[in-house]
Amino acid sequence: MSAPTSPLSFDVAEQMAKRTRWTPLEIAFWIAAFATIYFLPGRHLILTEIVIWALFALSLDLILGFGGILSLGHAAFFGVGAYAAGLLAKHGIITEPVLALLVAGLAATVLGFVTSFLVLRGSDLTRLMVTLGVSLVLREIANRYSDITGGADGLQGITMAPVLGLFRFDLFGHTAYIYSLVVLFVLFLLARRIVNSPFGLSLLAVRGNPLRASAIAIPVNWRLVAIYTVAAGYAGIAGGLLAQTTAFASLEVFSFDRSADVLLVLIIGGIGYLYGGLIGAVIFRLMQDWLANITPQYWQFWIGLVLVIIVLIGRDRMGAWIRPVRDLIDTLGGRLRIRASGGER
Amino acid sequence: MLTILFDGIAYGMLLFVLACGLSVTLGLMNFVNLAHGSFAMAGGYITVVLVNRMGLPFLLGLPLAFLFSAALGALLERTLYVHVYAKSHLDQVLFTIGLVFMSVAAVDYTMGSSQQFITIPSALQGQIDVFGVGVGRYRLLIIGICAMLTIALQLVLVRTRFGSRLRASVDDQRVARGLGINVGAVFGLTFAVGSGLAGLGGALGAEILGLDPVFPLKYMIYFLIVVTVGGTSSITGPFLASILLGIGDVAGKYYMPELGAFVIYSIMIVVLLLRPQGLFTRQSAR
Repeated sequence: MSAPTSPLSFDVAEQMAKRTRWTPLEIAFWIAAFATIYFLPGRHLILTEIVIWALFALSLDLILGFGGILSLGHAAFFGVGAYAAGLLAKHGIITEPVLALLVAGLAATVLGFVTSFLVLRGSDLTRLMVTLGVSLVLREIANRYSDITGGADGLQGITMAPVLGLFRFDLFGHTAYIYSLVVLFVLFLLARRIVNSPFGLSLLAVRGNPLRASAIAIPVNWRLVAIYTVAAGYAGIAGGLLAQTTAFASLEVFSFDRSADVLLVLIIGGIGYLYGGLIGAVIFRLMQDWLANITPQYWQFWIGLVLVIIVLIGRDRMGAWIRPVRDLIDTLGGRLRIRASGGER
Repeated sequence: MLTILFDGIAYGMLLFVLACGLSVTLGLMNFVNLAHGSFAMAGGYITVVLVNRMGLPFLLGLPLAFLFSAALGALLERTLYVHVYAKSHLDQVLFTIGLVFMSVAAVDYTMGSSQQFITIPSALQGQIDVFGVGVGRYRLLIIGICAMLTIALQLVLVRTRFGSRLRASVDDQRVARGLGINVGAVFGLTFAVGSGLAGLGGALGAEILGLDPVFPLKYMIYFLIVVTVGGTSSITGPFLASILLGIGDVAGKYYMPELGAFVIYSIMIVVLLLRPQGLFTRQSAR
């Protein structure tokens, strides 16, 4: 950042720095997340699933919470990532998982860039239909070329090479969990940097009012293309992680249910502050697990009921309960910081 | 060739009866109702129960399916949907997806997950020859019923006072309200009739479309295609769109079975990109 020359630019710099500052709550969240590696070793399989859902929901948050694009076909990118990672490993093209994951993400990114032009036009309904249509078309393609994708049977016979050539995937999913969590953390840092940058602020302006945003010289369409592309890459990496950690990919990765579920995950956690997807993933997966234990076949009913209730109560009111807690911790953190800086003086 | 055309028309007519309620919902209240297929499924399953288990005649089952779905639609509209009209599209999508999930699981629980068949009277089975073309009797019945319904709907919409109120509300809700039209009541009634028609379509189409718990998910995209491609400002738009979709889908499955639904989805995306307001719309003032 350049040296502040006038009070205004100084204020702006101050504001921007304040946005990017880590709150104690955030630090505590990540410490807790990494602590599970040691404290919950028996739960690493389900935790890996949670991490993948979290990453997928994070990607949806980028386009819905920051781009304001309503998508019912986000599974398209997830699926492309999953099949890309699966095929790369199966045919031994790129055996090293991290590199393969990057390539899978790249494939989804390219698809995201191409299809992003489709969502620029039209109303919410048109976007909804187009995104849904894209994921359905991809599903049909995957089904059609069953000699490559395995069709309805899924992509079988994937063997994963050790991560970075050092860490082998084990039966209990320890490596898979640590690997996924690190990927999530790195991508989260990147997303956090993106949304707190001037670029992220301009996205919020676009979401608030595209017309006014364009009046203050924000290229609305390019902003949407950019965030949609990035989010597609994120979804692709989430899909790639799923294929790598489970050594399997099936047509289910493209399904409408997956697109709807990820929307639910994000809604449970809350839209537009990045942690929504992460928190939502934990609650969603635990709830799903719990419901599936009670009613093995009909848990979908209760998921639907949760959605209906969330909407009827109102999403903003749902998020309200967490606000006092956040405020309290922010104030506490602020006091601590002032005391610390006071001590330095 | 002609048989395919005929099957396509029957299929398209069926889609129209299923989806026309949705076009009004979208046009009138700008409400994205993804759960429309659930009402169709309700109609189909009530017919299964009435005809197969209680032994009512099939032709009596159809109007009962209409009434049941209409009552269900009216009930849900008054109790749940009214709270969601004013909310954002995201909320509407979430709410109706929730309803779809609930209906799928509920039907799975009560009726089992296997595909259901409605026993059709033997008089309606088999084919008859019309000008040398083999024509399924049941499909002929579908075309007959759907054509009558379409004409009736058109007449109601154009000739009656209720129709003019409905059209006024679709065109401009606020002005319609200002003129003393009870838009809420008009909408409630229309919603009920639309759900009822979907139920009737579900009962009629069980033979052709199949009837299982995932019906609302499977055909959701088709209903949406009919509505978005056909536009929401008239009844002819969705009608033409559904006939086109029906013929296209049947012909596509016959001539290029390996492509599946690929063609339909691609065409939909292209149409939506070129004409986001639908193919058959007049330019609206808004």
